Amino acid sequence: MSEATAVDGAGLARQLLAGDRRALARSITLVENDDPHGWEIVRQIYPHTGAAAIIGFTGPPGAGKSTLLGELTRLERSAGRSVGVLTVDPTSPFSSGALLGDRIRLSDHFLDQGVFIRSMANRGALGGLSEAALQATLLMDAAGRDLVLLETVGVGQAEVDVINHADSVVLVLTPGSGDSIQALKAGVMEIPDVIVVNKADHPLADSMVRDIRSTLALGPPRDWAIPVLRTIATTGEGVGELLASLTEHRAHIQANGTLTRRRGSHLRAEVLSLVSRRLRRDLETALVREPGFVALLEQVVSRQLDPASAAAAILAEVQPRNEHASSD
Amino acid sequence: MNAAEHRPIRVVVAKPGLDGHDRGAKIVARALRDAGMEVIYTGLHQTPEQIVETVLQEDADAVGLSILSGAHMTLVPRILALLRTEGLGQVVVTVGGTIPADDIAELKGLGVSEVFTPGASTEAVVDFIRSAVTR
Ligand SMILES: Nc1nc2c(ncn2[C@@H]2O[C@H](COP(=O)(O)OP(=O)(O)O)[C@@H](O)[C@H]2O)c(=O)[nH]1
Ligand SMILES: [Mg+2]
Repeated sequence: MSEATAVDGAGLARQLLAGDRRALARSITLVENDDPHGWEIVRQIYPHTGAAAIIGFTGPPGAGKSTLLGELTRLERSAGRSVGVLTVDPTSPFSSGALLGDRIRLSDHFLDQGVFIRSMANRGALGGLSEAALQATLLMDAAGRDLVLLETVGVGQAEVDVINHADSVVLVLTPGSGDSIQALKAGVMEIPDVIVVNKADHPLADSMVRDIRSTLALGPPRDWAIPVLRTIATTGEGVGELLASLTEHRAHIQANGTLTRRRGSHLRAEVLSLVSRRLRRDLETALVREPGFVALLEQVVSRQLDPASAAAAILAEVQPRNEHASSD
Repeated sequence: MNAAEHRPIRVVVAKPGLDGHDRGAKIVARALRDAGMEVIYTGLHQTPEQIVETVLQEDADAVGLSILSGAHMTLVPRILALLRTEGLGQVVVTVGGTIPADDIAELKGLGVSEVFTPGASTEAVVDFIRSAVTR
């Protein structure tokens, strides 16, 4: 049936850099699948990244994030900027499948060659979502997108890690999403750069805005006063103000060095997480294959050996490959 | 290492044309999701151009078209032609809807992999896409 075409990583990288949409789409699939060709493509395009502005949108399902992205995209396009959109949705814990419906709100832009939209499933807790999303963002950046918009539902560490790749983070709430304000108060949620109360056509929107402002006032003073904006994504009302806030935030973080610092610390964290993910994978493979390790685990199960002693014995075995760990 | 082998099949479920019923398309979309596929759903009233561009950007393995308006003989050939133009001729195309037997034969001749008429089970659609998508 469909021919198993050999992947030409270098060719894809070249086409992607020239702005080819199909090469971009294929490359995202490869990084999403953790395919070695994907890593090769990223290696080649990486020197051409860093120019795109990355804006992350997070918030509960149904808050209006995708609709808002659609409106923002409209404004950015009329200003002549090209846009990449990456939406991340949960994978079903029961089937490993996913229903990705964010495109429904973006269909006005399907035929605009200046807009590239990709839907990504988080593929469960196996890790790697954050890396896959970062690689996809880099690919869009290298393909010449001026702006990359990320969307995730605001739950779970994996989603928070994704949104950390953004230069500016917008938290989208709606009247009634009180849980999110609680999370903000409790410090569970990272502090966003801009807060949007969408569905401002709802009667409770004003009291929601007041609530958020008073919550923020309890926090420590910061050099960026977090704007709390009202939008009606379905009509576009307030989206111009959102764009203005984002532009202002970008100028602010560029001027005071936060942008460089943020990107630096997230890229460093990304490298560390890659290393630990791969070490863990190697270790897990070794643990099921090495008879010595298997025996140790058996002893723990039969209560002849406690877990910490087994871990110490395993560490003693693997430490020669891992000298820094032993010096601590 | 076998991450690539275990990767889910990606399917675009699309509703081309003007009819306003997407219940059937949504039922199929959910069945495909429950069978472990990643389903990109784009909503009602899609033009052939919009559908093909979605298949391209989402790098989908298959596209399921749901057509109840009777316009399948204009919409489907156009979609097939556009897919070829974009170099997406290997994408598996299925059509669901009230399609007369003569048209089914013609559509298959044009490159549609399978046609599902009302009464076809969602399992049949799932099984077909699973076997037709070879990577
Ligand atoms: N009344 C009202 N509905 C909205 C507004 N923004 C979005 N919606 C609707 O809310 C629903 C969810 O929107 P969507 O953008 O998919 O939310 P997401 O899950 O956060 O991406 C859709 O039916 C939208 O039409 C708004 O400002 N006011
Ligand atoms: Mg959405």
